[in-house]
Amino acid sequence: MKNKPLLTNKRFHLPKNFSKVLILSIILFVISILASLSFGARIIGWNELLDGLFNSDIQTHEANVVRQRMARTVFSVMCGAALGVSGALMQSVTRNPIADPSILGVNTGAALFVVCGITFLNISTASQYIWLALLGAIITAIFVFGIGSIGSGGATPLKLVLAGAATSSALSSLVMAIMIPRSNVMDQFRFWQVGSVGAGNWEVISIFIPFLIVGFLIAILTAPALNALALGDEAAAGLGVRVGTIRLIAAFGGVLLCGATTALAGPIGFIGLLASHIIRLLIGPDLRFVIPMSALSGAIILTISDICGRLLGTPGELEVGVVTAFIGAPILILITMKAKVRAL
Amino acid sequence: MKVAHTFQAEGITAGYENRTILHDVSINIPSNKISVLIGANGCGKSTLLKTMGRLIKPFSGQITLDGKPIDKIPPKQFAQVLGFLPQSPIVPEGITVTDLVGRGRYPHQKFLKGWTKKDYEAVAEAMEIMNITEYADRHIDELSGGQRQRVWIAMALAQQTDILFLDEPTTYLDITYQVEILDLLTDLNRKYGTTIVMVLHDINLSARYADHIFALHNGQIMAEGEPSKVISSNLIKDIFGLHCTVIRDPVSDSPFVVPIGRHHNHVRMYS
Repeated sequence: MKNKPLLTNKRFHLPKNFSKVLILSIILFVISILASLSFGARIIGWNELLDGLFNSDIQTHEANVVRQRMARTVFSVMCGAALGVSGALMQSVTRNPIADPSILGVNTGAALFVVCGITFLNISTASQYIWLALLGAIITAIFVFGIGSIGSGGATPLKLVLAGAATSSALSSLVMAIMIPRSNVMDQFRFWQVGSVGAGNWEVISIFIPFLIVGFLIAILTAPALNALALGDEAAAGLGVRVGTIRLIAAFGGVLLCGATTALAGPIGFIGLLASHIIRLLIGPDLRFVIPMSALSGAIILTISDICGRLLGTPGELEVGVVTAFIGAPILILITMKAKVRAL
Repeated sequence: MKVAHTFQAEGITAGYENRTILHDVSINIPSNKISVLIGANGCGKSTLLKTMGRLIKPFSGQITLDGKPIDKIPPKQFAQVLGFLPQSPIVPEGITVTDLVGRGRYPHQKFLKGWTKKDYEAVAEAMEIMNITEYADRHIDELSGGQRQRVWIAMALAQQTDILFLDEPTTYLDITYQVEILDLLTDLNRKYGTTIVMVLHDINLSARYADHIFALHNGQIMAEGEPSKVISSNLIKDIFGLHCTVIRDPVSDSPFVVPIGRHHNHVRMYS
């Protein structure tokens, strides 16, 4: 006599809590978008908000402010989603819980290339920034992983952080060295250097979209193989994963997403770390779900951080890069401590 | 019943970057049997297993599965025939038993297609065989060493391969769990005809559970065959450098190696 199997299909189709987390995230997402449209130096009421969104005939000052904030909000959602997915990808590729574009110095590498471009090549538009930033991001990523892998044990979390921090500070002093004697570059660069989504406009968004699509596609298509890779290189190879190829493709996707974001918004730290860690804590490590949910949570976190920056900095505003650094640093310390204990 | 395969290596030399470990090894894996690789540390047992399992590319020589060179078979297709459980796979933080076992389905899943009924059934069956269905929703971190190893083997079973390679599946386990795991693997072989090839450290358990033994020394196969024909005090002396006497295992009648050492050597006095 065979017992009825205890397993039902649904049970391993979706992670535990998935539907709850999804509904909660969507609610938070809608709230953060509405808040982003209405809060700022001038707070817009509900009626004006609706007018600005749906009544293009109404030309009140408030309605126009809402329309302006629209681009900024869309841009911050895109940046947050890109950074969230980028973090999830980099953590999977390195099998390292603290891999994040900002910690690994990839952002600073992108920044250096942009400064060099402004200084030596006289570039000034977003569509030019983006290619230079990408190149800088890719070269820095290769460099940091190279240094981090030297010695026994491969690229351990601790070695990667050290390599990233050292590279990051070396590169930022180069950035300073190039920039300080040139006041015109400094003016242009100053706003870019602290990550900000305030500059988001429809033109920047349209440059961003193709990079986002390619990056997200890579992330979603590699997720099952990355799930196997999470069990170790040997186990993954035993499951039929081409380990080297998948690593390379997924790493490219991660660098593409964070490089493009950095080019357009400036270096925004910690989102990649925060978004995917919160999601993993809530729904577990299955990347087929972690990747899309990291996009959603990254978008929420960045948009809310941007709103905080606007409110805290009144009458001006505090750039979102400053806000995320404030939230992210303590959390990084917590995760590193936990990771170190596990490694021992 | 699992399909029979001709799986052999001819004159393979293999190792890592600057170290050659296997020297001109030829081997024919007995189909639908349990084979065990034994030998001293560093003799090349794991390297041989990994080379045959396509985790390491040999420097020279050829490995063929049913007459086809294995490097010509697409990785996923190869992984549908041969499952490989490494010695220390990594447990992703916070993973549940079902999620882990389910990852064994990777080679069967089509690009962009979700889980099929067959996937669910394979996972449920693997968990039942390994007696872990009751832990389905538990986190791996909460399980004991023996339970964890059963989960890993279930992951490899969900892969539904005819051949299963295991690199030291009993190392770090208490003796109770070692026997439990080897019993379960034997069930698997007897019931489904799964070809099992594994590396084991314990010679006596190897002799008891193996249908076929490969004894390795310095990257070469010194002897192979049924345990009762292969294991002798001379062989053990040759491959481990250990003086021993070989008796019959009172339970299974297989050869049983008793080391002599320097301090408790009264056997010689009476015999």
